Amino acid sequence: MIRKLLPFAKKYRWYAILAPLCIIVEVLLEVTIPRIMANIVDIGIPSKSLEYITKMGILMILMAVSSLFFGVLAARLSSIASTGYAKEVRKGLFHKIQDFSFKNMDKFNTASLVTRLTTDVNHAQMTFMMTIRMMVRAPMMFIMATFMSVSLNARLSIVILIAIPILGLSLFVIAKKAYPKFRIMLEKYDKLNGIIQENLIAIRVVKAFVRSDYENEKFCDIADQVRETQVQAEKIVIWNMPIMQFVMYGCMLAVSWFGGNLIIAGDMQPGELMGFLSYITQILVSLMMITMAFVMFVITRASLARINEVFDEEVDIVVKDQDIITEVKDGSISFNNASFSYIGKKDKLILQNISFSINSGETIGIIGGTGSGKTSLVQLIPRLYDVTEGSIHVAGVDVRDYSLTHLRNAVAMVLQKNVLFSGTIKENLKWGNENATDEQIIEASKAAQAHDFIMSFSDGYDTMLEQGGVNVSGGQKQRLCIARALLKNPKIIILDDSTSAVDTTTDSKIREALRSTELFSKISENMSAQKVTAIIIAQRITSVMDADRIIVMDDGKIVAIGTHESLLENNDIYREVYESQQKGVVA
Amino acid sequence: MARHNHKSRGAYKPKNVGQTIKRILSYMRAYWIQLILVILLVLISSSASIVGTFLLKPLFNDHIVPFIGQQSPDLSEFLRLIIIMAIIYASGAIATFGYNHIMINISTGTLYRIRTDLYTHMQTLPIKYFDTHTHGDLMSRYTNDTDTLRNMLSQSFVNLFSSLVTVIGVFFAMLILSPVLTLIVVVMLLLMIFIIKKLGAKSGKYFREQQRAVGEVNGYIEEMVEGQKVVKVFCHEDNSKEAFDKLNEKLFEASKQAHSFSSMLRPIMGNLSYIHYSITAIVGAILALTAGFDLGSLASFLQYTRSFSQPITQMSEQFNNIIMALAGAERIFEVIDEKSEVDDGVVTLVHAQFDKSGNLNEADHRTGIWAWKYPQENGSVTYTPLKGDIRLTNIVFGYDEDKTVLKDVTLYAKPGQKIAFVGSTGAGKTTITNLINRFYDVHDGNILYDGINIKDIKKADLRRSLSMVLQDTHLFTGTVMDNIRYGRLDATDDEVIAAAKLANADSFIKHLPEGYNTVITGDGTNLSQGQRQLLSIARAAVADPPVLILDEATSSIDTRTEALIEKGMDKLMEGRTVFVIAHRLSTVRNSNAILVLESGTIIERGDHQDLIEQGGRYYQLYTGMFELA
Repeated sequence: MIRKLLPFAKKYRWYAILAPLCIIVEVLLEVTIPRIMANIVDIGIPSKSLEYITKMGILMILMAVSSLFFGVLAARLSSIASTGYAKEVRKGLFHKIQDFSFKNMDKFNTASLVTRLTTDVNHAQMTFMMTIRMMVRAPMMFIMATFMSVSLNARLSIVILIAIPILGLSLFVIAKKAYPKFRIMLEKYDKLNGIIQENLIAIRVVKAFVRSDYENEKFCDIADQVRETQVQAEKIVIWNMPIMQFVMYGCMLAVSWFGGNLIIAGDMQPGELMGFLSYITQILVSLMMITMAFVMFVITRASLARINEVFDEEVDIVVKDQDIITEVKDGSISFNNASFSYIGKKDKLILQNISFSINSGETIGIIGGTGSGKTSLVQLIPRLYDVTEGSIHVAGVDVRDYSLTHLRNAVAMVLQKNVLFSGTIKENLKWGNENATDEQIIEASKAAQAHDFIMSFSDGYDTMLEQGGVNVSGGQKQRLCIARALLKNPKIIILDDSTSAVDTTTDSKIREALRSTELFSKISENMSAQKVTAIIIAQRITSVMDADRIIVMDDGKIVAIGTHESLLENNDIYREVYESQQKGVVA
Repeated sequence: MARHNHKSRGAYKPKNVGQTIKRILSYMRAYWIQLILVILLVLISSSASIVGTFLLKPLFNDHIVPFIGQQSPDLSEFLRLIIIMAIIYASGAIATFGYNHIMINISTGTLYRIRTDLYTHMQTLPIKYFDTHTHGDLMSRYTNDTDTLRNMLSQSFVNLFSSLVTVIGVFFAMLILSPVLTLIVVVMLLLMIFIIKKLGAKSGKYFREQQRAVGEVNGYIEEMVEGQKVVKVFCHEDNSKEAFDKLNEKLFEASKQAHSFSSMLRPIMGNLSYIHYSITAIVGAILALTAGFDLGSLASFLQYTRSFSQPITQMSEQFNNIIMALAGAERIFEVIDEKSEVDDGVVTLVHAQFDKSGNLNEADHRTGIWAWKYPQENGSVTYTPLKGDIRLTNIVFGYDEDKTVLKDVTLYAKPGQKIAFVGSTGAGKTTITNLINRFYDVHDGNILYDGINIKDIKKADLRRSLSMVLQDTHLFTGTVMDNIRYGRLDATDDEVIAAAKLANADSFIKHLPEGYNTVITGDGTNLSQGQRQLLSIARAAVADPPVLILDEATSSIDTRTEALIEKGMDKLMEGRTVFVIAHRLSTVRNSNAILVLESGTIIERGDHQDLIEQGGRYYQLYTGMFELA
C-alpha cells in the first residue's frame, strides 16, 4: 500500500534519501560513544593517565556534537521530505478528483472525499515520516548495538541473543493480536462520527419530533461500544511495557551477574560491563521503537487504503488517442438507439432505446415525471456520462470522437443542482469565458434577465457571493447560472429545470433571448449570427409549450414528440400534466 | 464531515488551565479510588527503577571490585543482591502493568462520560446555536478535540507524573552519590529548559501558521469538491488545479517549518544527554583519580544521567500534548456550558378518554384523543381537550436583534383549517412555523394554542402535538421502515406501511432492492429528492399529530405525482389544523385561508377566490406576472 504512493516522494527524493543517511551517521556515533566510555574507565583510570581520559572525553564530546548536528539535519531533511510528500499526495488526489467523471463523483460522497484529502493525507505524512526516520533509526541502532556488544564481549552477548527473540516474538504477538482490535475500534469510531454528523444535519427533524432521548440512547450505545472496543485493544497493547521491562531488567541483572563473575575472574574490565549495560538499553529500546512503528502503520493503513481507492478509481470517460475532432460544426443532435444505466448494467436501464434527432437551432422542451429519465437523457449530450449502448451524435459526429473540452464548450449545460462559488458575480460569470469583456458579460446577463437585479446590488457586478451563493435568492441564482452558461458561447444550451424558481414572465423572456440570432454576436466577437439549439427541461408546462417540439418522457422512454397542440390532442400523459397545472386558473 | 471551523482551530492555547483541569478531574471523580491506586503504582514503578539503578553502586563496590583476582570468592552476597534487585525490578514492572491497566478503564470511562455529556447537552441546545455554528466546527469537537483529550488521558497524565517522579528521584539519588557531578546536572538542566522554550516558541508560531494554511486548503477543497460537477461542465479543471496548487504550496511551507522545529527536539535533547554523559565521565574519571571517587558510584551516576534526560524530553513533549488537549477540552466544555433551550412550560400533552359521565380523563394508552394537562396551584390537575386552535397576535421577531423578520403579524387558524403562506424567500413564511413550534421565541406578541400561551406548554409536548415536514428532508442511517417510524417509535410495521401508502411512497419503496428493509445511508443520497420528500410525508403521517406543518413538502415532487398523492394528503390533513408553505400555488389553492407575506408582513389574506378577485399580489403571482424568489 505504501509502495503504491511512493512515486509521490519523487520530487523530494534527495531529502528522503539524505535524511536516513544522516540518521545512520547519527546512530553510528551514538553506538560508538559507550565504547569510548568503556575505554576511559578500563584504560584511562587504571593507568591514571589524565591525558588519555581528557583526550577520549573530548573525542566523545566531539562525537556527540556531530551526532547532534546530524540529528538536527535529519530532522530538517525528513520534515521537508515528509511534508513535501504529503503536499504531492494531496496535489495528486486533488488533480485526480478534478479528472473524475460524473460517474466517478457519484461513487464517492463529498464528505468522504474531503476527509481523504485532509485527515487521510495527514496520516500518510505521518507514515512517511516514520518510515524514513524510525524505520531506519531503530533497525540500524539495533544492528549496530548488537554488533558492538558482541565485539565487546562475545560470551556476555549470549544473554542478549537469548533476550532478543523473546522480546521480539512477544512484541510481534501483541501487535498481531492488537491489529484486528484496533480495526474494530476504528470502525466503531467511524460509526460514532456518522451518528453525530447525521444528528447535526437533521437537528430540526430531531427537535420537531422530540427525539432527543432516542438520539441520546443511540449515541450512548455506540459511544459505549467505542469505549468497550478501545479497552479491548489497549488491554493488549499495555503488555508491551511490562514485557519490555522484564526483559530489559532481566538482561541487566543477568549481565551484571555473569559480567561480575567474569570481572572477578579477570576476564573482563569493569568499564566494559558498564558499556555493555548501555548497549542493552539501546538494543531493547530500538526493538520497542520498531513495534511502536508497526502499531502506527496499523492505524494509518486504513487511511492509505482510502487514498489509494481514489487513485485506483478508473476515470471512465476517456478520449480516444487519435483522430480527435476539435470542432463542433453546428448544434444538431441525434440519439441512435441509445440506452443508459448509471451502473452500466443492462438490466437496470434508466433509458431504453432512445432514438430521435434535433436540428441545429431548434428549441426542444422535455416533460416527464420524477425519475422518468429527463436529466439522464440530456447529460449524455455533453458526455457527462457515456451511453451504455447505442450512440449520440452532435453535428453528425459521435460525441466520443470529440475532445472533451471542445465538446463541453460547445454544449453548455445548466445543471439542476447548480453551484456558484465564493467570489464576485463577475468572477463567477467569467467561468463561462475567462476573457469575456464587461460588455459581453452584461449582454449575457441581460439575456438571462439577470442584469437588472445585479445592478440593484450596491456593488453591481462586483458583489461578493458567499460560498454556495447563499446571499442571492433561488431565482436569481438560476439566472446567474444561465448567464454563466451563455458566456460559453455554445452551439447547444441545455437548461435542466433551471428556471423553476423564476416567474413565468421572466422565464419566457429568457427563452425569447435564446432564440434571438443576434445574442451570440454580442457575447462573442468571432461568432457569426447563428441560432443556438436549446433543450429545456421543465416541470411547468408554460416553460415548454412554445418550444418547436416537446419530448414527453415516462419511465426511461420517449412516449411522444410533438408540438404543444398535437400533444394536447394525442398524448394522455401530457394532457394530464397540463390539466394538473391548469386546474382553477380559469376560475 | 462538513466544513471545519479553522479560525477557532487556530486557538492553541487554553485560556483557563486551572479551571479546565479541575473540570476534567471532576469527570474522573467516580474513579478516585482507582486514581489513588494509579498514583501509588506510578510511585512504586518509578522508585523501582531509581532504586534498582542506585543498587548498582554496592554491586560494583562491595561485590565485584573486592573480589577481583580471588581464586574462590564468596559470591553468596553478590547473588543475594542480584535477587533483591530482581524483586525490585519485577515489582516495578508489575506496578507499571497495573497502573496502565487501571488507566485504560479510567481514561476510556472518562472519555465516554465527556462524550455523552457533550452529545446529550448538544441535543438540548436551541436551534439558534446550530444556526451560528458550522457542522465542521461542532464535529471537530467530537473528533480532533476528543482525540487529543484521549491522548492526554491515556498517556500524558501518567507519563508526565512518572517522568516527574523519576526526575526528582534521580536528582536526589545523584545528589547523594556526588554533589559535584550534580552541579553539572543542574547546568545541563537549565540549558535543556532554555532550548525547549526556544524551540517550543518557534514551532508554536509555525504550527499556528500551518493551521491557518490548513483552513484555507480545506475550505477550497470543500468548495471545489462540492461544485465538482459545475467544474466539469465548464471544463474548469485546470484553473481549479492551479489555484489549489498555490494554496497547497503555502501549506507545505508552513508545515515544513513547524515539523522541522518540533522534530529537532529529540535529537538535540538526546545528544545533549550524551554530551552530559561525556562531561560527567571525564569529570568523574578525574575525581576517581584525584579524590578517590569510586568506580561503582561513577557507574551508577552515568546510568542516572541517561535516565535523567529521557523523562525531561518526554515531559516537554507531553507538555505540548497537554496544552493542546486542554485547549480542546475547553472547546468541548464551551459547548457543554452553552445554555439549553429555555423551557418553563408546565402544561403537558396526554392521551385522554371520556368517562361514562362525559368527563375528560387521562388515559394510559393511545386513544386518538389528546388533552392538555394543567397543574393547578392547589396541586390538582385539570384537562382540556386538544383542538388545534392556533392564534398569533402582534408577533415581532428577528433572528438577529437588529434585523426584524416579522413585523406585527397576526393570524389565526381554527381547528381543522388549512392555512397557507405564500411569499418570496425571506418573506418570513418558515419563520412563522418556527415560532409556532418554538424553535425560536417571539420578541413581542404572543401565540396561543387552544387558548394556552405556548410558553406555558412544555416544549417536548408542544412539538409532539405538531408534526412538521420540513423543506430539507433528512433521513437517518437505517432501514426505510426505521426512517418512517421515526415519526412514532411504537408504530407497528402495518401502521408504517399504511402511512407510506398514504404518502404514495409505497410503490417506489417496493421497488427498492430490499423493500422496506432497504438500508438508507448518507442521508439517503441514493434516493431522489422527490422520493425523500415522500418518505418525509410518510413520517409525518405515522406520527399522527393534531397539527401539521408542511414547509415546501412537495416542492421536488413533479405535478403529476403530486396529483397522485393529493388524495393521500387530503386524508392526512382531514380534521387537522394544517399550515402549508408552498412555492407552487396549485398546492395551496384549496386552503381555507391564504396569507401572502412580503418582507415580514401579511399583505393579503383570504381564500383563493377572494384573492383572485382582489387582483393584488396573489393574482399577479398566480397569473405569472410576478416572480417568487
